[in-house]
Amino acid sequence: MPSNKPRTIIEKVWDNHIVAQREGAPAVLFIDLHLVHEVTSPQAFSGLRERGVKVRRPDLTFATVDHSTPTTPRNLPIVDQIAATQVAQLEKNATEFGIPYFGFQNLNQGIVHVIGPEQGLTQPGMTVVCGDSHTATHGAFGALAFGIGTSEVEMVLATQCLLQRPSKTFEVKVEGTLKPGVSAKDIILALCAKIGIGGGTGCVFEFTGSAIRALSMEERMTVCNMSIEAGARAGLIAPDEKTYEYIKGRKFAPKGEEWDKAVAFWKTLPTDEGATYDYTVSIDADALEPMITFGTNPGMGMAISGAVPDPASQSDPLERESLRKALQYMNLQAGQPIAGQKIDVVFIGSCTNSRMTDLRAAASVLKGRKVSPSVRVMVVPGSQEIKRQAEAEGLDQVFRDAGAEWREAGCSMCIAMNGDQLSPGQYSVSTSNRNFEGRQGKGGRTFLASPLTAAASAVTGVVTDVRSL
Amino acid sequence: MQIQSTVAVLPNDNIDTDQIIPARFLKTISKEGLGDQLFCDWRYNADGSPKADFVLNTPAAKASKVLLAGDNFGCGSSREHAPWALTQYGFQAVLSTSFADIFKQNSLKNRLLPIVMPKDAHAALFVALEKDPALQVTIDLPAQTLSWPGGPAVEFPIDAFAKDCLLEGVDEIGYVLKQDSAITAFEAQRSISLNTLA
Ligand code: SF4
Repeated sequence: MPSNKPRTIIEKVWDNHIVAQREGAPAVLFIDLHLVHEVTSPQAFSGLRERGVKVRRPDLTFATVDHSTPTTPRNLPIVDQIAATQVAQLEKNATEFGIPYFGFQNLNQGIVHVIGPEQGLTQPGMTVVCGDSHTATHGAFGALAFGIGTSEVEMVLATQCLLQRPSKTFEVKVEGTLKPGVSAKDIILALCAKIGIGGGTGCVFEFTGSAIRALSMEERMTVCNMSIEAGARAGLIAPDEKTYEYIKGRKFAPKGEEWDKAVAFWKTLPTDEGATYDYTVSIDADALEPMITFGTNPGMGMAISGAVPDPASQSDPLERESLRKALQYMNLQAGQPIAGQKIDVVFIGSCTNSRMTDLRAAASVLKGRKVSPSVRVMVVPGSQEIKRQAEAEGLDQVFRDAGAEWREAGCSMCIAMNGDQLSPGQYSVSTSNRNFEGRQGKGGRTFLASPLTAAASAVTGVVTDVRSL
Repeated sequence: MQIQSTVAVLPNDNIDTDQIIPARFLKTISKEGLGDQLFCDWRYNADGSPKADFVLNTPAAKASKVLLAGDNFGCGSSREHAPWALTQYGFQAVLSTSFADIFKQNSLKNRLLPIVMPKDAHAALFVALEKDPALQVTIDLPAQTLSWPGGPAVEFPIDAFAKDCLLEGVDEIGYVLKQDSAITAFEAQRSISLNTLA
């Protein structure tokens, strides 16, 4: 698409990947990296077998297991037979179709969105897809990364392409400086609360502004990760020196001359001066407070110092009813302060907040303290590599000394497919990304928050503003 | 493709795919057998018996091919198990004021029509169904219209390509597989190598 019109990074990455564009039809978009996990892929591989086609580019495909795998010690077998079958099926599919695979026992296994960047697979300017809505995580590197369904997984396996229409562009501008106790998670929870769970539907976010530039790569991943929770299929951040620094030397990163060529190309990606977006929203980082959700979708969030809203204050009847149902499910009263609400479980983990920065933040609060005897606290690193690194820093000991569980890597209680789950009626403060009804176990009630808030709440046994400890 | 049917009503906004099909049913390696688990946690009591007052357990809903729901239907997880469960229950169309992007794509690939209605017509249909729960709607895909007795004729948008695929039975994967030479040419001018083990 040669054009002199200033373009956003979103448009540049899109233009770079158009294989064919027929009149009236969606573009055939080339995919640079396809990540595969056990839950959304088996039916796609069955489809390939039925068609008698191979995986077109196994070298651009990467598989791992994370969702249904236990976080108990790795020398124990997977007791859930259905989950074990699913895990075995991915191994079989990866072997049969020649796809690189980090299996359950692999020393680099982990949550798919954690290990992609960790291994250097995720790079700026790429198109990245996975049968998983949190694929947006990889957008932190300036990649156009989005979740797809199983039919689309089959299409990408077969053709390395997707049929796509371009999305609208949506700039999320975050200027200012975060106060102590406020983190990347609070930025994205604030966006969800501001525009709502459907606010970014049909759009790709670009996160810009001084507060975004100031974030580390791990924090940027936290922000992009939850783009889908504000309705956008993808969210990205233009690459900069921090990005290159993070990628350099990782296993699958370009090396030598290739590296220099890659960096030169990556530097052409940021949004041009004068480019325009379809939508823009601003968030004032200076004014941000630690955020927490109170309801049953990630858009139902507020500052931790706030009170649960009153459904009667909603003018739209369906919205009023949604809020009423949410409070009923959560068993919260309108007007009640959220801080001080009793909890049963704290979960620190998930592709949103399970990296070193997150574990260090949680450990900084738990060091020298004990978790409340009434609370179960689970810390689940995002990958085996993170687990080793945390142990080398002694973080595991901090968690254990405080009375928290230190577990093996995986999705765990973010999705509660692997046996790690809430009991009906229990409350959790969770660093994951979804507070939908039953997401962490049937009947369970979830408050989404940052690792700092989660750790502070673990100590007191109630929802707690870390700044009040 | 014409659908004429009564309508099952779920008056909630932001129905997410975790509600449509809870994650614990995603351990399957097949597409089948999901219809009974549709809206499982809203539909069954703790002992597994159906909740009599939940809409999908009523005989009327079981005969319905159309589901009417609140705004932003299908948000959250990308699981295609959601449209699989909806179609296996018997639905051929969902009516809402908007759909989450991935759910919309997944639905079109499974012959489940995600029909976006203007807000006022959507509200009018709720009212009409309250008055007459046996009301039948007619969906005409070629004409892109939705209508019911006494109601407005609502034109709905649908991606032109997706519509053709639905009406002509085009297999999208087959369509892209046929563009092999364009893909090969694209790959040739592009040299991304991830040095993976493949
Ligand atoms: S950690 Fe949670 S959100 Fe992330 S990939 Fe796993 S299940 Fe999905």
